[in-house]
Amino acid sequence: MSTHTLSVRLENKPGALARVSQLFSRRGYNIQSLAVGPTERADISRLTLRVDCSEHSLEQIEKHMHKLVNVLRVTELGPDESVERELALVTVSVAPDRRPDLVALSQVAGAEVVDVGRDAMTFEIVGRPDQVEAFEELVRPYGVRELVRTGRIGLRRPSRTSNRSERT
Amino acid sequence: MLGSDAILRALEHEGVDVAFGIPGGAILPTYDAIARGTTVRHVLARHEQGAGHMAEGYARASGKVGVAIATSGPGATNLVTAIADAWMDSTPVVFVTGQVRSSLIGTDAFQEVDITGITMPVVKHSWLVQDVEELPSVMKSAFHVARTGRQGPVLVDVAKDVQEAELDFAYPDDVDLPGWKPPRTVHPRQIRAAAEAIAAAERPILYVGGGVLNADACAELRALVDAGQLPAVVTLMGKGGLPDSHPLNFGAPGMHGSKFANWALNKADLVIAVGSRFDDRVTGKVSAFAPGAKVVHFDIDAAEVGKIRRADVPVVGPLKAALTQLTAELRASDHTPWLRQLDEWRQRFPFRYAKADGVLKPQTAVEAVRDAAAGLDTDVVWTTGVGQHQMWAMQYLVCDTPRSFITSGGLGTMGYGVPAAIGAKAARPDATVVCIDGDGCFQMTCQELATAALERLPIVTVVINNGWLGMVRQWQEMFYNGRFAQTHLTHAVPDYAQLAEAYGCAGFTVEAEEELEDALAGAFCCGRSAVVDVRCDPEEKCFPMVPAGAAAVDVIEAPEPEAVNA
Repeated sequence: MSTHTLSVRLENKPGALARVSQLFSRRGYNIQSLAVGPTERADISRLTLRVDCSEHSLEQIEKHMHKLVNVLRVTELGPDESVERELALVTVSVAPDRRPDLVALSQVAGAEVVDVGRDAMTFEIVGRPDQVEAFEELVRPYGVRELVRTGRIGLRRPSRTSNRSERT
Repeated sequence: MLGSDAILRALEHEGVDVAFGIPGGAILPTYDAIARGTTVRHVLARHEQGAGHMAEGYARASGKVGVAIATSGPGATNLVTAIADAWMDSTPVVFVTGQVRSSLIGTDAFQEVDITGITMPVVKHSWLVQDVEELPSVMKSAFHVARTGRQGPVLVDVAKDVQEAELDFAYPDDVDLPGWKPPRTVHPRQIRAAAEAIAAAERPILYVGGGVLNADACAELRALVDAGQLPAVVTLMGKGGLPDSHPLNFGAPGMHGSKFANWALNKADLVIAVGSRFDDRVTGKVSAFAPGAKVVHFDIDAAEVGKIRRADVPVVGPLKAALTQLTAELRASDHTPWLRQLDEWRQRFPFRYAKADGVLKPQTAVEAVRDAAAGLDTDVVWTTGVGQHQMWAMQYLVCDTPRSFITSGGLGTMGYGVPAAIGAKAARPDATVVCIDGDGCFQMTCQELATAALERLPIVTVVINNGWLGMVRQWQEMFYNGRFAQTHLTHAVPDYAQLAEAYGCAGFTVEAEEELEDALAGAFCCGRSAVVDVRCDPEEKCFPMVPAGAAAVDVIEAPEPEAVNA
């Protein structure tokens, strides 16, 4: 088993996302994260999926997704040939006297303060998934009250034009 | 033109001559369009499941796309079994359902269900039409998707107000489906690799499935078999794809296939899968299936290749072209010793059962129907339900032409036989259509006898009546210590002959072997639908049998006839 990132170009039509997610549950594949949003074309969405599975299952997933009428293209994003980013919002419990420590810490990690409350602060961090995870670990001792991650999104790097894992 | 008329015009454009269905609230406008006039013949079923299986039987018998129509809510949910059946067996059917008005969708309105949601795992694609302007392109796309690539079911759910709305109708010439790109060609390199594998093999075997029929590649398959002197086993779904009487056809493998077919796969050094999918009912324990063989796998569906068994040579693409090219690439190779071995096994391990005085064996009944049908001067199309009788039909019927054996393989839908036969008769009115059914199966859809009678689609149904859910009983006897929980149906209730008469069909009852011939002759000659109730030995089990999960080579055989008679 290993974790893979799949990038899926999908027609922006009612039910299209349901068909993809249904396929995963139906065939027993587990989605770690799924991010979906608009692309350069209004009629096309892009899904970025993280799945934990064997190579054999990955091949099956790709083949099954290609059979969905709304799926235009499935590409595996290899770690060396793609750029991946994630955004997280984290609300951390913090007493007023400890705020400066936490702000200093967040600056080192590249996070931004987006809201300050009486006994809590909300940070935003955008970065590589490992950077987001590192920030999460960093603030955990303070007490993470709420956390939301977008799930990663990715694109193939134009500097790496290998077509190896692209099937259309 | 109204949306409802547009649906009918689309069916006409697609060459649909028969559709099967039942009207209801949300599909009423479309039935009104039928009343206004169409070249499509509508066959009124008695239950939507029946309409669905009729559309499947029509598609399987004709090679065309079947059409079933139902209303929203319960009409649509009653189709679900047929949709799932068509999905599992790759039968091309367009299901058209009415939906509540657009303004009511999502409000739990009367007879509203999310049928596109319910059926999502068992359709190739589905459309919920809420804009009348989309109807022509959706209908065009629906037929295109159903019949291209790996065939299968699609669903078009049309809101009632869309059926009532006006549009300027123009049927598109092309589809706009950028994401639907089934393979159209096969890679020549893979064909050469397949030919090389065959040339190198000492013990090759073709493993032929239903894909050959769907691809209309039966003539190409036969040419390959003859040119390469390649022996074949043919699955339940593939039956008729290669003539059963062809000397190189070694029949069906699998759970109730012959011992020689299972041995052929087991001892082969090369398995050439053609439109077959390594179903668990064929392979038994996968790790013990064809353990010494390389695998060449031909299929239109890339997702089937390597799904269960790794393919050493995957060949994805249309079978018709692939088999033609493979025949052209074949090199001379001689595997006479292997063919001799297979023939010897075939002689040694025939299908057999023990006759006993005063007991009518179900196999005897199937053989009698086969022999009676052989004397007819028409084509014969067989359908079956699911269970013991289906397996005996597979074992004992001889099907030498494509699309002459229609059965529910993947889903195993009891009740498939009668409506599928009616659909087959609608597709091929000149053929004699015979349903070999079980008593359990028959009772699940026998209301469709009314359809057969009133629509003048005469079929002959032979109920192999053992008074039990026979296959379940067999498992209870063999694997559940003979505790026959809830499997006894009785021979006598209902009285099938009387039931047939009540539906306007002819009824015959057979209680002894001597009565078979006359009853069957009467059924075939009566000029209307007939039901022959053949009351058989309730204890007969279907052999050979590979227990679920066992290695296919470990076949349980029928008891020795001598031992039984002694």
